[in-house]
Amino acid sequence: MLLIKCPYCEDERPELEFRNAGEAHLVRANPIVDQSDDDFAAFLYFRQNPKGLQFERWRHIHGCGRFFNAVRDSVSDKFLTVYKAGEPKPNVEQLVTRGTTPAEAVVESPAPRTPRTKKAEA
Amino acid sequence: MTNQVHSGSNRISGAGRLTPAKTVRFTFDGQSLTGLEGDTLASALLANGIHLVGRSFKYHRPRGILSAGSEEPNALVDIERDKSRKQPNVRATVQEIYDGLKVKSQNRWPSLTFDVGAINDVFSPMLPAGFYYKTFMWPKFAWKTIYEPKIRAAAGLGVVPGEPDTDRYSNRFAHCDVLVVGAGAAGLAAALSAAATGATVILCDEQPEVGGALRYESDVTIDGAPGYEWATATIARLRAMDNVTVLTRTTAFGYYAQNFVGLAERISDHLSTPAAEMPRERLWQIRAKKVVLATGAIERHMVFANNDRPGVMLASAARMFLNHYGVAIGRKVGVYTANDSAYAAAIDLKRAGIDVPIIVDTRDNPKSAIVEEARSLGIEVLPGHAVFSAGGKRRVSSMLIKPNRGGSERKVAVDAVIVSAGWTPSVHLFSQSRGKVAWDAANERFLPGTYAQDCLSVGACNGTDGLQDVINEAIAAGGSSAEQAGFAGKGTPVSLTATGSASWIGGMIGSAAGAGPDTTVKAFVDFQNDVTAKDVRLAVREGMHSIEHVKRFTTNGMATDQGKTSNLHGLAIAAEALNKPIPAVGLTTFRAPFTPVTFGTIVNHARHDLFDPTRRTPMHAWHAAQGAAFEDVGQWKRAWYYPQAGEDMHAAVNRECVAVRTEAGIFDASTLGKIEVVGPDAAKFLELLYTNPWEKLGVGRLRYGIMLREDGFIYDDGVVGRLAEDRFHVTTTTGGAPRVMNHMEDYLQTEFPHLDVWLTSTTEQWGVIAVQGPRSREIIAPLVEGIDMSNEAMPHMSVREGKICGVPTRLFRMSFTGETGYEINVPADYGQAVWEAIYERGKPLGLTPYGTEAMHILRAEKGYIIVGQDTDGTVTPQDAGLTWAIGKNKTDYVGIRGLLRRDLVTPGRKQLVGLKTVDPKVVLEEGAQIVANPNQPVPMTMIGHVTSSYWSENCGRSIALALVIDGTKRLGETLYVPMPNGVIEVEVTGTVFFDEKGERLNG
Amino acid sequence: MVETIQATRLHPLQSGRTGPAAVSVTLADNATRVSLRARPDAVAALSKALGLALPTKPKSTAVNGSRAALWLGPDEWLIIDDGESNLVADLAKAKVLHSAVDVSHRNVGIIVSGKGAEGVVNGGCPQDLSERAFPVGAASRTVLGKIEVVLWRTAENTFRVECWRSFSPYAFAFLQVSARDIWV
Repeated sequence: MLLIKCPYCEDERPELEFRNAGEAHLVRANPIVDQSDDDFAAFLYFRQNPKGLQFERWRHIHGCGRFFNAVRDSVSDKFLTVYKAGEPKPNVEQLVTRGTTPAEAVVESPAPRTPRTKKAEA
Repeated sequence: MTNQVHSGSNRISGAGRLTPAKTVRFTFDGQSLTGLEGDTLASALLANGIHLVGRSFKYHRPRGILSAGSEEPNALVDIERDKSRKQPNVRATVQEIYDGLKVKSQNRWPSLTFDVGAINDVFSPMLPAGFYYKTFMWPKFAWKTIYEPKIRAAAGLGVVPGEPDTDRYSNRFAHCDVLVVGAGAAGLAAALSAAATGATVILCDEQPEVGGALRYESDVTIDGAPGYEWATATIARLRAMDNVTVLTRTTAFGYYAQNFVGLAERISDHLSTPAAEMPRERLWQIRAKKVVLATGAIERHMVFANNDRPGVMLASAARMFLNHYGVAIGRKVGVYTANDSAYAAAIDLKRAGIDVPIIVDTRDNPKSAIVEEARSLGIEVLPGHAVFSAGGKRRVSSMLIKPNRGGSERKVAVDAVIVSAGWTPSVHLFSQSRGKVAWDAANERFLPGTYAQDCLSVGACNGTDGLQDVINEAIAAGGSSAEQAGFAGKGTPVSLTATGSASWIGGMIGSAAGAGPDTTVKAFVDFQNDVTAKDVRLAVREGMHSIEHVKRFTTNGMATDQGKTSNLHGLAIAAEALNKPIPAVGLTTFRAPFTPVTFGTIVNHARHDLFDPTRRTPMHAWHAAQGAAFEDVGQWKRAWYYPQAGEDMHAAVNRECVAVRTEAGIFDASTLGKIEVVGPDAAKFLELLYTNPWEKLGVGRLRYGIMLREDGFIYDDGVVGRLAEDRFHVTTTTGGAPRVMNHMEDYLQTEFPHLDVWLTSTTEQWGVIAVQGPRSREIIAPLVEGIDMSNEAMPHMSVREGKICGVPTRLFRMSFTGETGYEINVPADYGQAVWEAIYERGKPLGLTPYGTEAMHILRAEKGYIIVGQDTDGTVTPQDAGLTWAIGKNKTDYVGIRGLLRRDLVTPGRKQLVGLKTVDPKVVLEEGAQIVANPNQPVPMTMIGHVTSSYWSENCGRSIALALVIDGTKRLGETLYVPMPNGVIEVEVTGTVFFDEKGERLNG
Repeated sequence: MVETIQATRLHPLQSGRTGPAAVSVTLADNATRVSLRARPDAVAALSKALGLALPTKPKSTAVNGSRAALWLGPDEWLIIDDGESNLVADLAKAKVLHSAVDVSHRNVGIIVSGKGAEGVVNGGCPQDLSERAFPVGAASRTVLGKIEVVLWRTAENTFRVECWRSFSPYAFAFLQVSARDIWV
């Protein structure tokens, strides 16, 4: 069971209180009716699912109820950081090089990817 | 001397730590035996001279006791407390004896000493590794019908109990600063050091007593006291500390992400009569800031012909039986070793008065002082020799000794043989933590290499030799762990002085001389799965080049002991056969659990009533008292129908359906999801979440809403009432309530956070009583205060707040039956009283309770859909005939773009239609497929399926709803439903079967 | 015509049986409860209306007399009043943007009390309930076994567990079973 820091509760809580909510930083177009078929298909169906660092959404559903974003390494299961919904994407390179404990040192370098879109970025 | 007789002839007076007066009676295969309190089953059997404990998995060879710990591969027995409390494959070296313990040996018939299955041993040349895969290929059907059942009957170990387990199991989540796994010298020192800082410490050990190897090491002192005495004093000290939790009989079986460690505590398996309230086992789910692994090392056996004969035992085990339990494993004990530790065992045995005629050492020139010590006691030491074979069948009787490089052989008569090929550090938990092991070539062992989690390995499991070094390392690890957990500079540092060895030189991996590639002897690598050195070599010859493949082909290390004694031997033999260095062949991954864990422990509280919550409505007791049949809807129990005397379900449902349309019915709708949407932007928010328009809905009005997913398909539906400009009462389907709430929160928080609106689940705040039928108003009006219920003042699809039976209500005028009707919301605790009051008043007027089955039929008569039954996640509002519910002028709502997708607007989609069977008595099956031409060849082209189908007493015929390709263009057409008993002819109709004009709603 | 019938309350749990253990598991009295939602700029006015300072720190509570406010989320509080009270009306006096929804009947309160109460709750709740992490006055929405609960430590050895009405038989049974585990 993972231990996840909720950026709203500012506390590490057991995974049982959370629910994963898929890839983060997907943006719903506005106005959405004008979106092209290809862009809409990408928004609706296509996900990155990378081996390595991924940006994902979680909801502290059995806690404060808030949705938030996280950067997690899908290989080591390590969370690099969490941040509130609407906050900009963190700089991944900085997060990786900051690692000092043995656990963080084994994090593989981030997969070269640019997340296509983002969800609810202010 | 009498005590010796009582607790077994091999008990040595004055040896061991058990109390001779405290005897315990138990039975083994019906034979009544006596042991001592504190004995394991293994020590008690050995004390009684019993070595033959079971038969092996495949060849049914006689097997004895190899070890004195949880690594035991051989001595597996069946323990039975009563019919329902039976446990197969219990390790005799772990099970403690208690008065009345009943033990049975396994995998033998008719008896342990005469086992018919042992014929497999004779035919073993026909049963090599992988024989399943090759021998039983043909004919194909025979695998399932003949081969597999036969193999399963012949092979295997214990038998699973046939009745449900009546034991209780418990669970505890716990957090600590430092978790120390293993309470040997290293673990105790680490725990002391960490605890001294004030950090919270959990110390666990799988044994009943702490001390680990100190329980048999006879020649060490710590802090001036003999090792074991220090261990018991230390644990007492630790137990007395508020910040320390000591868990004995507790196995750390799994190491998961972020220092989450699973522990299985055995609470009552050692007790003769456990208290009724006592759980049998407890699962500990521990989150530790730091973990110190002090899991020790496991001694390996020597791989030589017939090394599985009962009486052949690990040297450390013999020492444990002698020094802790006071049991001699034999009268004349031979020694076969590649390592110094067996010398210490030989010396202890010799000093206890046991004949130790010879030590056979594969090493050409062992030089340690301990070798000379053995010689000085009169033990013959034979270096550069090997035991080529063990004699005897049900008990070892001799050792056949030859020089390593060939030469004349010599036979020495013995009744037990102790062996040691060296020590394998227990890196299991480290490996489970995703740490990477590193090969220590000098000492031929894998050690912790790269750490993946916040843990440290100390002592033997870290390859640290020498007691003082081990203790220093453990103290440092305990201290630094506490420091990093936030206890820097606290408490007094611990320091301990140790004397004595516990540092062993030498060791070998792989097969010994006489069991090499040129032999066909049965030299066992993995006892539990009957894998020999020859099998491993065969696997390589058959083309298995990775250890993962060798493992699966031979099943080496795949038994319940997970190869604790065998993995390294198997790997070395494979590497030799492949002519590759060991690290290049690889090590298989260690996985949880470290030792078997009962299902009961994993499941713990989640059994019976606590398996899953059962949700009941506020009026449940009334339904039950009326004899209602209940239907499970998710976790809810819903009243299904209310059979009266002599009625079957069909008759009851027909009666309920007719009553609603002629007089009135009362129905429990409490399970519907309810969400209160509050805030100035509430209407704006609903505009975005539903297809319908909401801004212009008047206060006090209701509207049926449809919710889509972004892909345009129907997600949920329900009636929404506007209670105030800024307050809506939203209802959802029963099953959809939690996901709809999550869906709405998701959009509110992440897509439309600018809106001033909040959502609160009120599903359980309200009990909901639906009263439906021509007399519904007449029945409830007298109970209602403060609401004008006239048709003009409160028309269909309106909501009013007032009181009923003196309590607040939100009164909805709405209908899911097509009749004039109301849904009365009252605070849940009042639900039953209001229901009873309405029923009392309505009963003389024909008010009839109806259940979910009648509700389903009544709504189908009106063509009202049920999301999830008439829709399946691929149905749009247009497909379902609900185009009217889409706000034509809306520029945005969830699903608006999805509905524009080409596939969703192209002709040829399935649309919801009604079906009438040509024979009105025939009721279609829900899910049945529909074809246009029943005479076409199979497989037929299916053009749709039945979604809802019932007998409608009100219509006097069967009715059905179906999704059919281009259904709305087919009205009047005849289609066909092919069924096993013939083809059913149906006519395509509209979806409304009763009161097509809907006049009854406004009565 | 209005008939003089007065409906009576029927609580979903019928008895306050306690187990054999040192820890008792009992029902809390009926209470008035409101789910309160508001943004930070409304907190002062709402606090005034309620007569207590709405807590703004995660996992914390504020109590004044029979009335308590539990922080559940950054814009969410559970207000529990054990006395005769009209919480919604009190809150309506604060003319600031907020949502107040009566959930008095939605929730059921269960009191776990006695030495070892922490362990009883930890039988199904995965949070760290040591006094270091979850001191007296701490409260949080979390899980107990297979359900969601709101947990509030009202004293060193006393917890109040709030759950939805239909889950209360499960929560009550779970805590009783867990309480039986404490004496060993």
